[in-house]
Amino acid sequence: MTTPLLREHRDAPLRPVSWDTALDHVASRLAELREQHGADSVGVFGGGGLTNEKAYQLGKFARVALGTSQVDYNGRFCMSSAAAAGIKAFGMDRGMPFPVSDVAQADAVLLIGANVAETMPPFMRHVLPAARSGGLIVIDPRRTPTAEQASLHLQPAPGTDLALALGMLHAVVADGHLDHRYLADRTSGFDQVWRIAAAWWPERVERVTGVAAADQRAAVRLLARARNAYVLTARGTEQHASGVATVSAWINLCLALGLPGRPGSGYGCLTGQGNGQGGREHGQKADQLPGYRKIDDPAARAHVAGVWGVDPDSLPGPGRSAYELLDALGTGTGPRALLVFGSNLVVSAPRAGHVAARLDALELLVVADFVLSETAAAADVVFPVTQWAEEDGTMTSLEGRVLLRQRALSAPHGVRSDLELLQGLAIRLGQPAQRFQTEAEEVFEELRRASAGGIADYSGISYDRLRAGEALHWPVPGVDHPGTPRAFLDRFAHPDGLARFQPVDHTGPAEPPDAEFPLYATTGRVLQHYQSGAQTRRVPELLAAQPEAFVEVHPDTARRAGVHDGQWAAVTSRRGQVLARVRCLPSMRLDTVFLPFHFPGAERANLITNPALDPTSRMPEFKVCAVRLAPADAEALPA
Amino acid sequence: MTPRRVAIIGYGMAGARLADQIRRHDPTGRQVSVTMVGAEPHPGYNRILLSNVVAGSMGIEDVLLHQRDWAERNAVDLRLGVSAIGLDTGSRQVRLTGGSTVDYDDLVLATGSTPWIPPVQGLLDDRGSLAEGVVAFRDLNDCRQILDSAPVGTPVAVIGGGLLGLEAARGLTGRGNPVTVVHQVGHLMERQLDPQAGAVLARVLRDTGIEFRLGRTAAKYSVGKGLELDDGSTVEAGLVVVSAGTRPASELASAAGLDVERGVLIDDELRTSDPHVRAIGDCARHPGTVSGLVQPAWEQAAVLADLLTGAEPSSRYLGTQVVTRLKTRGIDLATMGEVHVDTDCTDAEVVRLEDPARGRYAKIVLRDDLVTGAIVLGSPDAAATITQLHDRGIPAPTDRMALLLGRALPSGVESAGVEADPAALPASTLICRCNTVDKGRLVTAWRSGARSVEDLVTATRASTGCGGCKAAVGSLCEWLTDQTPTPAENPRSWAAT
Repeated sequence: MTTPLLREHRDAPLRPVSWDTALDHVASRLAELREQHGADSVGVFGGGGLTNEKAYQLGKFARVALGTSQVDYNGRFCMSSAAAAGIKAFGMDRGMPFPVSDVAQADAVLLIGANVAETMPPFMRHVLPAARSGGLIVIDPRRTPTAEQASLHLQPAPGTDLALALGMLHAVVADGHLDHRYLADRTSGFDQVWRIAAAWWPERVERVTGVAAADQRAAVRLLARARNAYVLTARGTEQHASGVATVSAWINLCLALGLPGRPGSGYGCLTGQGNGQGGREHGQKADQLPGYRKIDDPAARAHVAGVWGVDPDSLPGPGRSAYELLDALGTGTGPRALLVFGSNLVVSAPRAGHVAARLDALELLVVADFVLSETAAAADVVFPVTQWAEEDGTMTSLEGRVLLRQRALSAPHGVRSDLELLQGLAIRLGQPAQRFQTEAEEVFEELRRASAGGIADYSGISYDRLRAGEALHWPVPGVDHPGTPRAFLDRFAHPDGLARFQPVDHTGPAEPPDAEFPLYATTGRVLQHYQSGAQTRRVPELLAAQPEAFVEVHPDTARRAGVHDGQWAAVTSRRGQVLARVRCLPSMRLDTVFLPFHFPGAERANLITNPALDPTSRMPEFKVCAVRLAPADAEALPA
Repeated sequence: MTPRRVAIIGYGMAGARLADQIRRHDPTGRQVSVTMVGAEPHPGYNRILLSNVVAGSMGIEDVLLHQRDWAERNAVDLRLGVSAIGLDTGSRQVRLTGGSTVDYDDLVLATGSTPWIPPVQGLLDDRGSLAEGVVAFRDLNDCRQILDSAPVGTPVAVIGGGLLGLEAARGLTGRGNPVTVVHQVGHLMERQLDPQAGAVLARVLRDTGIEFRLGRTAAKYSVGKGLELDDGSTVEAGLVVVSAGTRPASELASAAGLDVERGVLIDDELRTSDPHVRAIGDCARHPGTVSGLVQPAWEQAAVLADLLTGAEPSSRYLGTQVVTRLKTRGIDLATMGEVHVDTDCTDAEVVRLEDPARGRYAKIVLRDDLVTGAIVLGSPDAAATITQLHDRGIPAPTDRMALLLGRALPSGVESAGVEADPAALPASTLICRCNTVDKGRLVTAWRSGARSVEDLVTATRASTGCGGCKAAVGSLCEWLTDQTPTPAENPRSWAAT
């Protein structure tokens, strides 16, 4: 897209307009809504793909220019469970508190719900040494390409990871692998956790998970006997209504083995989106201000308001989390307008059919993107913004290292950066132009000050240092500070310096299978596509390799459902139905089907997913719901 | 609102679980006040883990079900070291040793079971207690006694070749005691195993150092001499561990006039013949389950907590599908459902695999594609899968043999390993997963003039993702070079060698 698009009314087509026309229209509608219904009548939805500067500016724009509390982002659907669990256990959430290259030195790596061979192929280099020495363990309900490389693949029923973690913790104790000295020196709370894990002996866990007790013990043995070992989680184990508890259970296992905060070993979360780490640190989250500060902390409010030059009392409080925000759109109490940056909600939100209906109920939907995504196509106003090679900005990688991405190409005529878009709107909403800078480096300078003293402290990082090639992992509290590649080596970030075991117990999926919906469905990625596919489905080679939605199913399960390999099937849950072409795979569990989530329209896997939320992280339960499988109606098939 | 007064008699696995479940629904005790009576002086403990204590891999603190301050933190009135000695269902009052009483609205009997001591001369002393050198394998005290009275090297005789007897035997051999198991039936665990499986299990256990006297009954025990058997032979034993079965501890119920018949009879609401008295666990007898295992007790506790707190008034206990697991190091045995059906059965499908020399035996019984019974020894992951099919009523896969063999089959996609012979691979073999490049595309690129690894990479992008297929692309390139007929036509092939 190279020109803004606007529709006059809901039934009119999108047509090209000038930037001024589009900006004037949006600003005046937003001002009107705010006048009539208050500041919270406007919502903002960000993304984990935005640069640090954009994420920062978006949060500031929401709180200052719009004065709304209703801002959140798609990272809530991504790493929020691991982030919350990391904070509980260690006092700080940095996805990997060690450089990613350290992993290659380990002789055992446990990957949980992480299909890196497809979702992060270059990362495979770091786990192959462990794989070659017989120490790669993969936990995944599917035999993924990653699992195929593993020395040991544990294949639990979807939604039972927490029980598996408890069984493995039990095996740590029963088989004599508990690191007593580490427990005493560096942790608190083990006894309470053990009273729970004691009731989950591996044979009992086997009945819940389907993972053989002997395999649970073998996995523990590999980790315990390794010189260096890492435990890494990703979305498969995190995207659950019990996601925080589940990640906590994995961290408990790591702590019992004495891994975190030890050179060459540890726990980490594999961040999903390009800027998944930085995107969650600088204020586009409903409950957060820059520097990983809490929005309800008076000192944090005072500090950030000072940087922004506003009265702390003018800053709104915490708003709704992502799904709750979407669920409230156009309901009377929820926002009547929504600005979307870097997110394709129509495809990627859970219970997507319902979310699309909520977007339809808005009085104004504004989308900034560089392709006409399914969400952009449903908007009232669309702004064409720069993409990655056309702009400067920083990203924070999965290891907490801040990377400078410098402009390589000029943007096509008619395209502006998100920062310019935000300034254009802010000015029209009565803000001084200099409060919303458009040069990424200037925004970063402000971000440094805003983050100073926070958990994610960037104050010592500058574009000059990054241009000079310094590898800077936050926190970097001063310009002379070398950064923190390995956190927690001396102490964890809680006031007492100890890591905290979390007493968590298995509860199971929010929606277990029953007679009507007898199968588990789980969703995930394929190698060729990224997120909602809005970008990758536009690349002919990628589309040719994976042109349409499919459902992986065991041949016997397919036969019983009356569907055949290569045929279109309907997968139905309580919330909707998705169409997908059947792929029979003998490695699938008999009780589980898998769908990729990259495809639009009737092939949207998220039409069936369950928006049951984690009580802490507000993460939806993307990874498991109850479904039935049947042949698709001929007339319902995709063209 | 006055809380409902619930008194739980017995702080074992059933009683403790019930208290936990009640507090899960009612954390502060607003709806239900809980009084718990435990005869032993310490918190309840996890009986499942006792063989670990005997084997020395866990200490006593490790197997306690609760932390010491659990009762205080959970608003439970805990009475330790006292027993219930009288029950007046009319006035709804329990009398305890020491003279105190507990009034209740609902009483829960969770008194468990007591070991059955076979009528063998010398096992009991004059007063009817276990004689010196004889111990039952039931509670924490028994474990202490075993540890104290059988130092490493002391020969031990175990009476009873059932699940618990074998776990005790394995625990003792694990810590270095020679063990002989005396079992009056011709094969081990006869309730859960067919004779063939019993034989394979005995063979496996013999390899760990346990001796067996099968089909033999103990006749007489005398300190110093050991255990005499019915065939006149003697088993040397510094200690005799009795694990010959249990009896429900139902005396309190009987004395109060409740219906008791090999256990306190209960219905689907865990109710005894008195509407204000319930019973769970080993002391109770429900038509849908066998007792002696923890799983039915915990399921009963969950239902009863639903009912007593009002969290789920329609909750009912309908019986338990029991899976028996022998939990001992290095031996993996699971049995479930109908196991005494053989391959000649006409109304059920039976599949069996035997490899006695390697300690493997697997049998499944199917009716209408559903697993109704199974014995799986020495094949852990097959056991895990079969158990799930049995538990959840999932139809078994058509490839029954694969099911018995276990281990997940490879996925449909063939991917080339580093050592794969390039010549042998079909053209559709995926070489580079990251860029979806199969062997065919590399061959085509070669034919179109890409005559080096670099050229192949440029033409196809193979190996530019994770890099894991670099070696495979290299060996494919070598193979293609070798395929080329003469050096004259392909100058690079000799240049490269």
